[in-house]
Amino acid sequence: MTDVQYVAPRTLDEAVGAFAAATGAARILAGGTDLLVQMRAGVVRPGLIVDIKKIAEMTTIEETAGGGFRIGAAVSGATLREHAKLKKAWPGVVEAANLIGSTQIQGRATAGGNLCNGSPAGDSVPAMVAAGAIVTVQGPKGRRDLAVEKVPAGPGRLNLTAGEIVVCFTLPARPKGSGDAYLRMIPRTEMDIAVVGCGVSLTLDKGTCTAARVGLGAVAPTVLLVEDAAKALIGSKFGAGGLDDAALAKAAAACSAACRPIDDKRGTIAYRTRIAGVLLKRTATIAAERAGRN
Amino acid sequence: MSKIHVSTTVNGEPQEFLCEADQSMLDVLRGPLGLTGSKEGCGSGDCGACTITVNGRIVCSCLMLAAEAEGQKIGTIEGMADGEKLHPLQQKFLEQAALQCGICTPGVLMAAKSLLERNPDPTEHDVRFWLAGNLCRCTGYDKIIRAVMETAADMRGASR
Repeated sequence: MTDVQYVAPRTLDEAVGAFAAATGAARILAGGTDLLVQMRAGVVRPGLIVDIKKIAEMTTIEETAGGGFRIGAAVSGATLREHAKLKKAWPGVVEAANLIGSTQIQGRATAGGNLCNGSPAGDSVPAMVAAGAIVTVQGPKGRRDLAVEKVPAGPGRLNLTAGEIVVCFTLPARPKGSGDAYLRMIPRTEMDIAVVGCGVSLTLDKGTCTAARVGLGAVAPTVLLVEDAAKALIGSKFGAGGLDDAALAKAAAACSAACRPIDDKRGTIAYRTRIAGVLLKRTATIAAERAGRN
Repeated sequence: MSKIHVSTTVNGEPQEFLCEADQSMLDVLRGPLGLTGSKEGCGSGDCGACTITVNGRIVCSCLMLAAEAEGQKIGTIEGMADGEKLHPLQQKFLEQAALQCGICTPGVLMAAKSLLERNPDPTEHDVRFWLAGNLCRCTGYDKIIRAVMETAADMRGASR
């Protein structure tokens, strides 16, 4: 016999009510690919598990009136992959989410869970940061929106108040000439945790970069929005040889400068700092090529 | 705490069971439901030996709560053969000895079947990536990959 309770409410209001009223530790269950591992390892012992997958708003992808997308927090990676329009508009976001784990994990793992697990190395997060995703959260005091980069507070910690649940991500409409990409450095080809992850989204107008956002993962206690790298890219020219080398070098240096990594078994501080710049160049190049085709 | 009553469908048959809130789907399959084909390798979603389908999508049953099965369609390795008639993948794995100890085989078969349902003509690259979540410590994978590729070719031929 255990003293854990499981509820699977049909509405967000019920979920928020149950989550906020929980006396002991409560956990939201989306795909469960982190939560069940943590429960089994004894890292978390929830008194209440709130399964959000019976709530329609949490499990669907919708196009917004303005031409963007609203992705429910509990949408699986496999569902993202199969959404042709989303994949065309935001290939970087989808490929980042799809890098997480195996086919089996993709059947369950969600962008909402990846964000709320609070790992600095979560693959979908830098791509969401680059995309300028807005996160909608709902709690006992109602709904609020915040930029995705404002959600993580540190490893395993979030800037959410008691009882708040991540409901969805909203990706903005894409101006013509936009592209995004995500790359991560791992020592093998698949199924590993990022040593560094880099997301870039940019817009080209007649061969000039007019807007850019850069997200960096696994190089600081939280995923970073690197504004100086974006500034270095904005105004640069995209020609036959790709993006302007000087602008790329400046953006790469800005990424390395933003790093505040740790030394661990996956990579040293020096390695992560250097790779952050290398990945920026590669990722921005892919994003620009995609933008040039759109 | 009272147990949770779950009504679900397993391999096409309605099924009801009682479970604890924190009990995994794998535990219920192997325990109360007596379906021991799904294996527990790692218990953390890394090895794929516990692969089942939920509404047609493969998942690790060790990373799913049994309570989540309410109203869902569960598929396990026990539902793969049609009575005594093996699925072409099962037949090919036997013929080509694409297994040694066999612990990973149910999961590999479930995952491979799901691939061929979605992509009847996969490249070797497609097969290797799709099966990357199924660890086999015996075969070195080549026999498994070859058996899946050849089954795919046979099934394409049969459907022409």
